[in-house]
Amino acid sequence: MAKDVKAFLKTARRSSEYRPVTERVSDYKDVVIARPDDSSKEQASRCMDCGTPFCHWGCPLGNVIPEWNDLVMSGKWQKAFDLLRATNNFPEITGRVCPALCEAACVLGLNDEPVTVRENELAVIEYAFKTGYIKPRNINNRTGKKVAVVGSGPAGLACADELNAMGHSVTVFERDAKAGGFMRYGIPDFKLEKWILDRRVDLMEKEGVEFVFGTSVGSDKYKTEKLLKGFDAVCLACGSRTPRDINIDGRNSKGIYFAVDYLSQSNRKVSGENISGEIIDAKDKKVVVIGGGDTGSDCVGTANRQGAKSVLQIEVMPQPSESRACDYPWPLYPLILRTSSSHKEGVERKWSVLTKRFFAENGHVKKLQCANVRFIKNSTTGNLEMKEVPGTEFDVEADLVVIAAGFLHTEKTALISEMNLALDARGNVKTDDKYKTSCDKVFSAGDMRRGQSLVVWGIYEGRQAAKRIGEYLGE
Amino acid sequence: MNNGVPKKQGLYDPAYEHDSCGVGFVCNVDGSRTNDIVAKGISVLERMSHRGAVGSDPKTGDGAGILMQIPHEFLKKVCDESKIIIPCSGKYGAGMVFLPTDRADREFCTNLFERIAIKEGLSVLGWRNVPVNDNMLGKGAKETQPVICQVLVGCGDEGWASPLDFERKLYIVRRQVEKYVRESAIKQKNIFYITGLSSRTLSYKGLLMPEQVRNYFVDLADTDMKSAMLLVHSRYSTNTFPTWDLAQPFRFLAHNGEINTVRGNINWFRARERLMSSPLFGTDIEKIKPVIVEGGSDSATLDNVFEILTLAGRPIEHVMMMLIPNAWHNDKNMDASVKEFYKYHACIMEPWDGPAAVAFTDGTNIGAVLDRNGLRPARYIVTKNGFVVMSSEAGVLDVPASDILRSGRLEPGKMFFIDTKEKRIIDDKEIKERVAKQAPYAEWNKKYSLSMSDLRRVSAVEDVSGNVLELMKNFGYTREDLKIILKPMAADGEEPIGSMGNDTPHAVLSKKCQMFYDYFKQLFAQVTNPPIDPIREEIVMSLDTYIGQGKNVLDETSEHCHKICVKSPILDNEELEAIRNININGFKTKTIYTHFKASCEEDLLNAIDRICFEAEFAVEKGFTFIILSDRGVNVGNAALPALLATGAVHQHLVRKTVRSQISILVESGEPREVNHFALLFGYGADCVNPYLAYEAVKHIVKEDGLGIDGETAVKNYKKAVSKGIMKILSKMGISTLQSYKGAQIFEALGLNGEVVDRCFTGTASRISGADFSVIAKETILRHNEAYAPAQANVPYLQTGGRYQWKKDGEFHLWNPESIAALQDAVRKNDYGLYKKFAALISDQSKNPTTLRSLLKSRQNASVPISEVEPVDEIVKRFVTGAMSFGSISKGAHESIAIAMNRLGGKSNTGEGGEDPVRFKTFLNGDSARSAIKQVASGRFGVTTNYLVNANELQIKIAQGAKPGEGGQLPGHKVSAIIAKTRYTTAGVTLISPPPHHDIYSIEDLAQLIFDLKNVNPRARISVKLVSEIGVGTIAAGVAKGHADMILISGGDGGTGASPRSSIMYAGLPWELGLSETHQTLVLNDLRGRVRLQTDGQMRTGRDVAMAALLGAEEYGFCSAVLVTLGCVMLRHCHLNNCSLGVATQDECLEKRFAGKPEYVVNYMRFVAQELREIMSELGVRTVHELVGRSELLEMNKEILPWKAEGLDYSRLLYKPQVSPDVCTRCATQQTHNIEHVLDREIIDKAKDALEKAEPVTLEFGIKNTDRTVGAMLSGGICRRYGEGVLPEDTIRCKFRGVAGQSFGAFLTKGITFEMEGLANDYVGKGMSGGKIMIYPDRSATYRSDENIIIGNTAFYGATSGEAYIRGVAGERFCVRNSGVYAVVEGVGDHGCEYMTGGRVVILGRTGRNFAAGMSGGIAYVYDESGDFASKCNVGMVRIEELTPIDKETVKYLLARHHKFTDSARAKEILEDFENKKGRFVRVMPVEYKRILEIQKTDGSLNLAGVLNG
Repeated sequence: MAKDVKAFLKTARRSSEYRPVTERVSDYKDVVIARPDDSSKEQASRCMDCGTPFCHWGCPLGNVIPEWNDLVMSGKWQKAFDLLRATNNFPEITGRVCPALCEAACVLGLNDEPVTVRENELAVIEYAFKTGYIKPRNINNRTGKKVAVVGSGPAGLACADELNAMGHSVTVFERDAKAGGFMRYGIPDFKLEKWILDRRVDLMEKEGVEFVFGTSVGSDKYKTEKLLKGFDAVCLACGSRTPRDINIDGRNSKGIYFAVDYLSQSNRKVSGENISGEIIDAKDKKVVVIGGGDTGSDCVGTANRQGAKSVLQIEVMPQPSESRACDYPWPLYPLILRTSSSHKEGVERKWSVLTKRFFAENGHVKKLQCANVRFIKNSTTGNLEMKEVPGTEFDVEADLVVIAAGFLHTEKTALISEMNLALDARGNVKTDDKYKTSCDKVFSAGDMRRGQSLVVWGIYEGRQAAKRIGEYLGE
Repeated sequence: MNNGVPKKQGLYDPAYEHDSCGVGFVCNVDGSRTNDIVAKGISVLERMSHRGAVGSDPKTGDGAGILMQIPHEFLKKVCDESKIIIPCSGKYGAGMVFLPTDRADREFCTNLFERIAIKEGLSVLGWRNVPVNDNMLGKGAKETQPVICQVLVGCGDEGWASPLDFERKLYIVRRQVEKYVRESAIKQKNIFYITGLSSRTLSYKGLLMPEQVRNYFVDLADTDMKSAMLLVHSRYSTNTFPTWDLAQPFRFLAHNGEINTVRGNINWFRARERLMSSPLFGTDIEKIKPVIVEGGSDSATLDNVFEILTLAGRPIEHVMMMLIPNAWHNDKNMDASVKEFYKYHACIMEPWDGPAAVAFTDGTNIGAVLDRNGLRPARYIVTKNGFVVMSSEAGVLDVPASDILRSGRLEPGKMFFIDTKEKRIIDDKEIKERVAKQAPYAEWNKKYSLSMSDLRRVSAVEDVSGNVLELMKNFGYTREDLKIILKPMAADGEEPIGSMGNDTPHAVLSKKCQMFYDYFKQLFAQVTNPPIDPIREEIVMSLDTYIGQGKNVLDETSEHCHKICVKSPILDNEELEAIRNININGFKTKTIYTHFKASCEEDLLNAIDRICFEAEFAVEKGFTFIILSDRGVNVGNAALPALLATGAVHQHLVRKTVRSQISILVESGEPREVNHFALLFGYGADCVNPYLAYEAVKHIVKEDGLGIDGETAVKNYKKAVSKGIMKILSKMGISTLQSYKGAQIFEALGLNGEVVDRCFTGTASRISGADFSVIAKETILRHNEAYAPAQANVPYLQTGGRYQWKKDGEFHLWNPESIAALQDAVRKNDYGLYKKFAALISDQSKNPTTLRSLLKSRQNASVPISEVEPVDEIVKRFVTGAMSFGSISKGAHESIAIAMNRLGGKSNTGEGGEDPVRFKTFLNGDSARSAIKQVASGRFGVTTNYLVNANELQIKIAQGAKPGEGGQLPGHKVSAIIAKTRYTTAGVTLISPPPHHDIYSIEDLAQLIFDLKNVNPRARISVKLVSEIGVGTIAAGVAKGHADMILISGGDGGTGASPRSSIMYAGLPWELGLSETHQTLVLNDLRGRVRLQTDGQMRTGRDVAMAALLGAEEYGFCSAVLVTLGCVMLRHCHLNNCSLGVATQDECLEKRFAGKPEYVVNYMRFVAQELREIMSELGVRTVHELVGRSELLEMNKEILPWKAEGLDYSRLLYKPQVSPDVCTRCATQQTHNIEHVLDREIIDKAKDALEKAEPVTLEFGIKNTDRTVGAMLSGGICRRYGEGVLPEDTIRCKFRGVAGQSFGAFLTKGITFEMEGLANDYVGKGMSGGKIMIYPDRSATYRSDENIIIGNTAFYGATSGEAYIRGVAGERFCVRNSGVYAVVEGVGDHGCEYMTGGRVVILGRTGRNFAAGMSGGIAYVYDESGDFASKCNVGMVRIEELTPIDKETVKYLLARHHKFTDSARAKEILEDFENKKGRFVRVMPVEYKRILEIQKTDGSLNLAGVLNG
């Protein structure tokens, strides 16, 4: 099929549709109705194959988007997959959960709707799985070198996948029962069903990656020393799991949780894992989610599914504009008002709201005291400073509060102290530009190194670290 | 020799001097020797003085001279006076000799001469001092003036069997003297020069202006000076270092033109010398070798070869046919015997290709020949009493019209020949057929000449289809190569097209492994010779090549044509195998493998040594073909870059003078792009077999389908390569592959001297660069990458990223970050943000891209920024590039104009004209009028009114993205508004020819400058050139042609659509071109007369600073301006689907345009501000003081990438040492010589008409030096009244005599010119509504429809008006006419080419290639002889019967023709119209007909408007 260079004028952007709200809130299945392949082909034809592909620039992985769009358009799915795999280890994940920096940078998005890049990516990978094109690769040229990867989030998995492909023998250590890290225990199933992770892990295992679950390296069960002795190189990819807290009066009350704990328990419940400790359930509760980001949105969706009486999401920053503001010029990823599928399932959203204290009844949270704030530019420092607006105080009733205010840095585990790893100013593991930590033959990648970020950045980090480890082992 | 030329310094190199000129002769056909001939000849010379040039010193010309029969009576007389005894005529030789001024040196030379003469059995009879009067000489000429003597040589005791034997001996003496003096140690050996030594002819010439010749040589006043013929020449050299010895005529000929292929011709001739022998010379042959004297001009070289071929026994006409053959391949009307002659001789000699009018004589016969393209004018007149005058112009001699027997012109490829022994003129057909019958050429060809089909086809030795992917990786193929380059070639047989410029690093700077080809840039024709249109003028071109063993060039035998004629030099596998396994008597093939050890860098040089040795050995062993093959590369064995291997072997064999004995075939996996093939042929390959490219094409078919089979795809691919090669040839003005082969029309960029000297000898490489070890490293790196584990397993190739920005691809200066940063800065009007953008561009320490990126300024005392010239002043020096309305949208075009007008800078219309609405200022004070109006080869929209509404008129000679090429706007893009501004019909394809058809040479350019200055004396005239080696000398010529400003564009500049190979590989960076131009102009003392401007990928204040320091006064911005207006480098301009509305004519997309003039204004001001900061640091207060201060720059050695460590900028930064009175920046204005033109008189006398629009009728005498008559008058009318306002016939002028060039140029409505007599070239050029009638002098008795009356290229680019020409016109009548109604009684070749509108009636014969590229208008041809169809190029037109409306049109125009010119021809047809109308055919463009039908008009509507108006 020859390319119609003006297809973008004839075909409008069409994203996948969601299942009806009433249906989807009653289960944890994917909210998205999978798009037919023909529709993907049509959507791919909107790609202008720009001389300067900003999408490709915007994608941290450098996915060769115009090239595989072109191939999708003409139905050359397998070739598209070959090129997609060259830059992205887990398109089935980014294809579902990536905020698509590429689409924000799409040239067509300047004065029209951008190409549905993320969904095209998903179409390619799912086509490849569906048709059996993806098979475990035979990796013959084994180098005899052993590498340990600690952590099985996007960075750890990507690193393992790459090193394995290079012929090194890779063992992934994971403290949880299954692989995936935050992808498994953070992102709800309705956004990322867990069989998708299982499918990938299974593939990696078949290709020779060894997984050791339920093992926290640095604990007595598996000493750091053993790790260092047993492997030629180590990559630490343990994430950035220390949540940002809100240190205000009443914080000690019961019924106030971190999002990570809330979501992780919910996900375990959904997948039938055993749950130990306190059960957190939103059923019939007035839920307040503090934090307006993606994690907050996931909490909203989860709370609704659990049968919350009401859900309120508050955010201290002002409401972003609906369209790109001049502070975030194209092709940067703009700060704009985003409304997720979870939001559409029922939530009240408030911005510029500061939580000042929690009120408890019988030790259990009952109320939040909030106030409106304004941000004013300090004329000397140029920084934005938060000012409470006098007289705007108000109370919010709550039975369950979820704090989704982001993460600070990696957890200060025994692993870090035993390896005596240097940390950076923000508390993350410090590496040189070759991803190497202060400890000999130990590398680090992902959120553990760069701080809280996106899946796509995690994959990028894992790939980069693998490349450096490969070089290190080659020397 | 070359005394007086500054030596090679900086970027100035005397080797790149060009010249072109006026040439002519006079002759008494009956051979009677008279003094009258001498007098007439000299006045012919004097009347062509405007075709010569003067330099900075107005009294020093570029050289002029005459060649005549030995004036025995005169010599006898003066020798007697000097006590020299000479024998009777023919028994002695005479020659003028330039001798050193130093007495000792002079005596050394004369003694040497005498000794050698004696040794050869001759004797020097004496030396006669030639009396000269040097009072009037200019400084330059005087300083270099030699002592001039005539030497007289006796024929000795030996009785010479024939005069030719004596002539030969004189030659042997001369050659030896020349050689010995050259090898001697005397100081002034460069002065020594023998103008000729002959018993037949004698020349008088020197570094003179034509009008100085008569007075300088006192001898010429003597009435005993008698000759039957006199050949004259006046030279126009591009630079001002002309020398005494390069003045023409030479020994046998005088040449007007330029041999484009001279480098290859020299090499090939040298390659033949080993085998050169002749019984006529015997052992003496060694004494004359090398035949070609080094350092001579192209013309001098041609003369050298002409001389040996003639003296070895071939008649002069035969030699001329060998050297400058007609285009015989595709000529249906040529006599078969002549064709056989040409075919036979193609096996012996490649054409000396290029524009040429050559006059030649051996003292008995005299003739002239024109190149196959007819790119030089040559007119002649034969009188009733047997006198002939032939010259570049008509009217150089006053011949009473009643005496004229014939008024003719030399036609392309034809010969005009006079045999004074037979006392007659022998016409082209007869003389050629006579020569062709000298030997049984046809029989020989039949018996010995082979074609590929005579060979047994064999399938390839090795099938590589199994590991295509691995091989592609090895040879550096990328996904882009497949998708962007090979796919379009395979699918459509077309070269891939792209847009915007090249912003990637030069090969030597790139961090990616580059193909070795990328170190070369294509050269191209500009100004001094025209490029060719390979599509519309295909008839002159040929890719035929003859392979096999060359024989003795001085002989001719049946065996000479025992060669294989290859129709396409891109061999498929079977063809190559057939040659490899050839089993035909005399042919033998040797395969030489070009591998080297991938583990060892040093082995690259070993391999080169080895293959050179093997090749030489193969010659010794009698092999006729060698195949340089890289089949069989593997992990351990890498392939030598094919170009390196080819160049090394070719040069080695040339040096060993055996190259002509063997053919080099290249079998390589490397070449795939057109440029690769062009380079291989350009450096010596005879044929190329790109075996991997074929597999790659089949691979694409397999993967992509394309809807064709592999075989068809390969066929398409070969077709695309062939077309592409033709295009590259044509860019240089070369017609045949045979002459292109080995002609080295490239410049190396980033290669060091050792590599060039060994493998690409003679190629320019001005900044040095990579050596053999770098090349080896790079080759091995790529080789190893292919076998690296990471690459080995993946089922795809590497990205590429040359044509499209890619994260892991080649670096681009325009990348997402820089584009976004610039847009953000200009939209927010934030200088801080701009600086972030500037830093992204300027700090190239990580990715050096341009030559300037490696420059840094030397420490200098700074000045406070407050003292630096303000932004408002600086921005006046800024201009925007020529982007036509058509290539960019209305919104973009007008925004740019408004912005530049607000700033006081200048915007440029581009080639597409401009809507007159924009000439008026808006109410808010803004104006969308472009200050610069471009005049390009298509002349679209170039009306008198357009020209008058300009501050600057820019002649676009070349464009950075595609120098040497024309353009095409497909019909579907010609919207109603585009058609209106271009004065054409909507929907009709518009073709811009590669050359301006009124500029084939430097004197033609001077003429166009003169034309434009006349039409708009208030506008400055600029000339746009593109950087390449030699652009400096061209610019010097342009400065001498009175341009006010010269723009040097970089080869990386942008485009709306251009072949990808041109964007990437043609033209050089502006840094080199600008610096060369600046240095050359300073050395010439011409710099003070012109301003310099530069553009091409200019983005920041730093760029501007570099340009200023290297010599530019003004700066042009293009792509950056588009980026400020929203362009994000989609590089889709050629697809008309710009989603930003910048480069599109699609209405729906145009609405998306979101740019504003403010953005451009902000940007320009930022750039100026950044420049101010840099100036402050440099301690320079004004831009004026900054110009040319290259001493403030040095190379930043710290950031050199690994391949570039050998770079050397000393020539780039060279500052010529000149005396303080020489201007190093523009200081004065050009003198345009328009103060005393005839128009001043007309304007004066037409006062009533001009002021009150009252009709006037005037009469004037006119001569050939009255040029561009009518233009100034027309310009004045348009300025006063606008366009088309004055009623018809308001000003009626009648002229009598011979009109100079450009008669009636830009004649506007209301003016009628009536001309009785003859006219020269460019009649009615750009006519905009005027009326011209021309008829022969009333006293003339010859038939008007058989004789020439006006010259070439009449009504070029004319937009409206009427013309009635009673007589025959020269070549290219009505080229690109878009509205004129013309009647003429015959035309030369290429009539109505590229015509887009108007009506042309031709009442007589037409030349070849009629209507080529004609997309609009209608031509009516009276086809009396019925052979018109064979001369018409039906590529775009059909020959049809006349419709009733056509008949009315023709009848009406004929009636007017008769009424205005009293044409007997018109009368005769009109009187019997009913019977004769059937002989008319109409030539109707297919597309135009369709449009007329859609519009439901019959073509008659416009007619009424014009005829009645």
